[in-house]
Amino acid sequence: METGSPHDTGTADAQGTPTPDAGAEPAWRALPPGLLTMRRLLLVVWLGLLTLATALVPGLLAGPAWGAFAVLPLALLLWGWVMLERNWRSWRYAERADDLLISRGVLWHEETVVPYGRMQLVEVTSGPVERHFGLASVQLHTAAAATDATIPGLDPAEAERLRDRLTELGEARSAGL
Amino acid sequence: MTAPGVQEDVTGRPPVAERRLHPVTPLRRAWAPVAVLMGWAVHDPDGAQRQLTRLTTTTLLVGLGVLIPAAALYGFLSWWFTHFAVTDSELRVRTGLLFRRTAHIRLERIQAIDVTQPLLARVAGVAKLKLDVIGTDKKDELAFLGAGEARALRAELLARAAGFAPETAHEVGEAPSQRMLRVPPGVLAVSLLLTGATWGWLLVAAVALPLLWTATHSLWTVLAAGVPMLGAAGASSVGRFVAEYDWTLGESPDGLRIDHGLLDRAHETVPPGRVQTVRLVEPLLWRRRGWVRVELDVAGSSNSLLLPVAPRAMAESVVARVLPGVTVPPPEAFSRPPRGARWCVPVWWRGYGLAVTDAVFAARRGLLRRSLSLVPHAKVQSVRLAQGPWQRAHGVADVHVDTGANGTVTARLRPAGEAAALLRAQAERSRTGRRDALPDRWMA
Repeated sequence: METGSPHDTGTADAQGTPTPDAGAEPAWRALPPGLLTMRRLLLVVWLGLLTLATALVPGLLAGPAWGAFAVLPLALLLWGWVMLERNWRSWRYAERADDLLISRGVLWHEETVVPYGRMQLVEVTSGPVERHFGLASVQLHTAAAATDATIPGLDPAEAERLRDRLTELGEARSAGL
Repeated sequence: MTAPGVQEDVTGRPPVAERRLHPVTPLRRAWAPVAVLMGWAVHDPDGAQRQLTRLTTTTLLVGLGVLIPAAALYGFLSWWFTHFAVTDSELRVRTGLLFRRTAHIRLERIQAIDVTQPLLARVAGVAKLKLDVIGTDKKDELAFLGAGEARALRAELLARAAGFAPETAHEVGEAPSQRMLRVPPGVLAVSLLLTGATWGWLLVAAVALPLLWTATHSLWTVLAAGVPMLGAAGASSVGRFVAEYDWTLGESPDGLRIDHGLLDRAHETVPPGRVQTVRLVEPLLWRRRGWVRVELDVAGSSNSLLLPVAPRAMAESVVARVLPGVTVPPPEAFSRPPRGARWCVPVWWRGYGLAVTDAVFAARRGLLRRSLSLVPHAKVQSVRLAQGPWQRAHGVADVHVDTGANGTVTARLRPAGEAAALLRAQAERSRTGRRDALPDRWMA
């Protein structure tokens, strides 16, 4: 239990990627591609409309040169297209014997560990757009409101499997506050 | 306002004996219309004066004639329709005139019980009783009960929650309490004089008010700015003195007892194993005297103070009693952030520190006003690692530990590799930390 002692603090690599101890590497699962498709479609629809609007409104009213403003939302669209994939790739989760791991974020990386025994409630939600794309998200609640353990964009069958497994494991290892 | 005849206990359905609150309860809402009027008058003095001049004796009498019986009727009805009952496993509160509300509070989930007596309630010999369970709010407090009845009810609730047999829970009575510590008024007064907040507000007032006067020459502006400032200074000195006066800490088989207050008395009981986090706070000016303030987090409880001021050694011994098996790590046990962290948090990076022992996760922060948070491993709900781009460039990361009292303790600016290992190790510790925890029913 010497994790906090100064002498084992040496291996801070400059990249900062967590270097998990070998052998204990959990079986990570990535998100299905549906979430990426949905987010990209939403991005294209909204920013595409914005591009059209910024091209047409100043272009028709103030002269064709002013239509060049449309480059801004277009650039945003292309940048977002790439960023969405990076963000989607960064999401992954692992069910270990006693806890659930969720890792996400590229620039702002965050990794959450929730022991099964602390789960109070497991929620499966699916909005109208998500349902159209056949997606569902699983959210875990513990007694701490700060626990932010949500897995978005899962296949509904996988979401339900995960929910059932988590509740079953939570019951077996239950502990209150 | 209430006829004396309605005092007799009303027994409801046979299996559960329902009780009513103390008959002075309707009076507690009597001041509400007055307060609303006062608030309006203070908020808009000119308008209030205009309205006052227009008032004639007749309208005044008619207004009072309607208002007072209406308030009395409301108070009486809300008292009449409020019942509570103690069953083997629950406290049931049934209330509401138009919108009925029934709360069943499970006794083994009790996090703390508060008995409070505001000044007027002390005069009337009544007290409020509140069960702190996650999710309860002000509506679930029993206000008011007779002072003796409140004590008896607290003893009964604690006995049932502790797991005594239902038949004997009535007779168990108050568990004997052994005094651990009492804060002398002199020490409390000195400690509050050495708190920065009071002097800060006084200083702001001393600088800002003359400036305002020279700028505007308007008495009203100066008053409008000065009264809140002096009020804040008063609240952080006199207000705290009155609230924290005669702070007494006791220990009983039912857990920790905290009694305090000069005008309003409050008695809190925290059963064993309910404390989620303990913080030792050391303001700059207290350091020479070696004093600390001890704060605690209990889920669902609004009180967060364990000791307003105490010598450090005494505070540490209290912490050891509150969190069994925990010793406060000595200053040299804390490891500082790596040097690279100074680019993330200039100067103040030196204040952060982390120590992990077999029993507790301890994180320190602050340079001038030092604060040390202790979370027993068994109380950790989830562990998070967070790293922003700037932190990654300097090879550090933050580890957050979430507790059930909606608190988060953060070990900031740890070396990235250590943080990743800490995340896994802390999750493991919090899972296994439960093994030797007390059961919810601590006497069973």
